[in-house]
Amino acid sequence: MKRRGALFWLQLGFTLFVCAFLIVPVFLSMMAGLTVNYLTGIESGLTLRWVGEVWSGYRDTIFLSMGIALACLAGTLVLGIPAAYALAKRPTAMTRAIEELLVMPVAVPGLATALALIVTYGAAGGFRTSWTFILTGHILFTLPFMVRSVLAVLNAIDLNTLEEGAASLGAGFTQRFFHVVLPNCRTGILAGSLMVVTLSMGEFNMTWLLHTPLTKTLPVGLADAYASLRLEVGSAYTLIFFLMIMPLLLALQAMTRHVR
Amino acid sequence: MTEGFKPIAITLENCGKTFADGTRALHPLTLEIAASETIVFLGPSGCGKTTTLRIIAGLETPDPGGRVLFDGEDVTALPIERRRVGMVFQSYALFPNMSVAENVGYGLRVRRVAGAEAAGRVAEMLAMMRIEALADRRIDQLSGGQRQRVALARALAVRPRVLLMDEPLTALDAKLRDALRLEIDELLRRLGITAIYVTHDQAEAMALGDRIVVMDHGRVAQVGKPRDIYQRPSTRFVADFIGTMNRINGTVRDGAFVTAAGAIPWREAPPGASEALFRPEDVTLDDTAEAHLRGRLTAAFFLGDRTRLFIDVGMEKPLVTETGARRDFTHDEPIGLRIDPRGLMAL
Ligand SMILES: Nc1ncnc2c1ncn2[C@@H]1O[C@H](COP(=O)(O)OP(=O)(O)OP(=O)(O)O)[C@@H](O)[C@H]1O
Ligand SMILES: [Mg+2]
Repeated sequence: MKRRGALFWLQLGFTLFVCAFLIVPVFLSMMAGLTVNYLTGIESGLTLRWVGEVWSGYRDTIFLSMGIALACLAGTLVLGIPAAYALAKRPTAMTRAIEELLVMPVAVPGLATALALIVTYGAAGGFRTSWTFILTGHILFTLPFMVRSVLAVLNAIDLNTLEEGAASLGAGFTQRFFHVVLPNCRTGILAGSLMVVTLSMGEFNMTWLLHTPLTKTLPVGLADAYASLRLEVGSAYTLIFFLMIMPLLLALQAMTRHVR
Repeated sequence: MTEGFKPIAITLENCGKTFADGTRALHPLTLEIAASETIVFLGPSGCGKTTTLRIIAGLETPDPGGRVLFDGEDVTALPIERRRVGMVFQSYALFPNMSVAENVGYGLRVRRVAGAEAAGRVAEMLAMMRIEALADRRIDQLSGGQRQRVALARALAVRPRVLLMDEPLTALDAKLRDALRLEIDELLRRLGITAIYVTHDQAEAMALGDRIVVMDHGRVAQVGKPRDIYQRPSTRFVADFIGTMNRINGTVRDGAFVTAAGAIPWREAPPGASEALFRPEDVTLDDTAEAHLRGRLTAAFFLGDRTRLFIDVGMEKPLVTETGARRDFTHDEPIGLRIDPRGLMAL
C-alpha cells in the first residue's frame, strides 16, 4: 500500500472535524431526549418516558409524513419521468426554456408557493383540510428535482439512437419505453427519488402554512414540540425522526449505488 | 444454420427528402435493388447516404410523391418496427442495460418468439459471429470490434428481409476494418440476404458492393458495378472520388493527344477533347526516346512492394503512377512516361 503524505492526514482530520461539527449537536440533542432531566444532565438517569410520550402524542404526524413522502414520490415519478422524456426527446428552444424554468422552485421561497396555493384553493373546504393539499404543495416543490435528475441522465445517453435500435428490432413505443428508456435512466430516477423523499420528509416552510390541526406533518409537529413542550420531548422527537428516516435514506442510497 | 432468410427486392420511387429546416438532403431518387443484392451507397460526408438508408428503413418518410416498395408491396407508411428490417447503426446503438445475449435476443423477445427457440437462435447468432464467449458480458465491457459483431448478430437474429448498415466499420482501426470487411462480405454471400451498405470509403464500397450508388450533394452521380464505375466514370466527380485519376490538358491532332509535355497516341479520341484522363496503373516508366510524356519527379513514396511517384508535367497537379522498380529515385530527375491508350478517357 502507498504511504500517505501529510496532506492526506490533514484532509482526513479536516473532514472528521467538519463531520463532528455537524453530528455532535444532533447526537447531543438525541441524548437529551433520553435523559430524565436535561438541566441536571445525564446524572439524572436515562429514560424512555419522553420517547413514549412523543410516540403516543405525535405518532400520526410521523405516519402522515411518510405517507405524504411516498405519495409525493409516486406523483413525481408519474409526472416527472414522462416530462423529462418529452424534454429530452425534442430539444427545441422551448424545451430549453422549460429546463431553465425548472430551477425556479429553488429560487421561489416555499412560503410564496404555499400562499399561492392557499389563495387559489383555500376556499375549497374539503381539499383545504385534506392531506392531499399538503401533497400538492410537496409535488409542486419536488417535481423539478425529479425532472432535472432524470433529464440529466437522458441527455447523457444517446436516447434517439437507442430507441431507433429497439424500433428496428420490432419494438413499438410502449416496449421501447419500458425496455430501453426506463432501465437506462434508472440512476437518474433513483437519485431523483432520494431527493424527493428527503425533501418531502423534511419540508417545513411551505407545510407550516398549508397544514391544519388535523394534517400535521413530522417537521411541523417537531416545531410544535420544541416551541410548547419540554426540551426533552422535542429531543425525543428528533430521535424518532432520525430512527425513521435513516433506514429509508440508507436503503435508497444503497439502491442508487447498486445500479451503478 | 443460415436458412430462414427470404431476401426481397426493394424499389425506391422518386424518394426525395427535404427536412423541416429546408435542407434538401435528397433529390428524388429512383432505384431498383434486386433480391440478394448488396448495394453500397458511396459518397462524401453530407451527400445524403444516411438519409436514403433511413428512408428505406422507415426512420424517415420521403417527401410526398416518394414510395418505398418491398417486393412490390408499398411500405412507405409503415414505421420501422413493422418493416422487418435489420439495421446496424454507426454508433451500434446496443442497449447498455442488457447483456450481449439479451441484446441479440431482444428482437425475438419483442416478437414473442418462444423461449427455447429464441435461446437456440441467439446461440446460433453468437456462434455465427464467433462471440459465444461474450454472451454474458455487459456492453461496456466490449471492444469496438466486438460491439460491431454483437450489432450484426442482433440485427440478423430476427431474420430480417433486408440488412441495412450505416458505416458499420468507420469507428474501427484499419486492420480490424479489413478483417471485418472480409467477414461481412463472406456473411452476406452465405446468407444471400438483400443488403444495403453505406460508406464514404471507396475501397470498402468496391470490395462489398455488387453495385455501387455514388452520391453527390443529394443526387445519384452514377450507379454501376464496381469495375464499371472505376473504369468508366460518367462524371468528373465520380472520376475523382473513386481511386486516383490523372488529368492532362491538350488537343486532339492526327490520332494523338498533343500536350505541352509530349503526345499520347489515341486513335479513338473524341474530337474536340481538351483533357485526357487515365489511372496510375495505365502509366509505365519509359526512359527511351519513345516516351509519350516527359516530366520531372517531384516526390517518391516508397510503400514497400512499390513506389508511388509524382511527376510534374507542367499541369495544375502532378501525374501519379506506381512502379515496382527496385531502385532509388531522386528529386527532380527527368522521367519519361508511356500511357496505355486503352486506359484513356475524356469527360
Ligand atoms: N434531421 C435533420 N434535419 C436537418 N438536416 C438534416 C437532418 N439530417 C440530415 N440533415 C442534412 O441532410 C444532409 C444529408 O445528410 P446525411 O446524414 O444523409 O449525410 P451522409 O451522406 O450520411 O453524411 P455522413 O457521411 O457525414 O454521415 C446533410 O446536409 C445534413 O446536414
Ligand atoms: Mg451518414
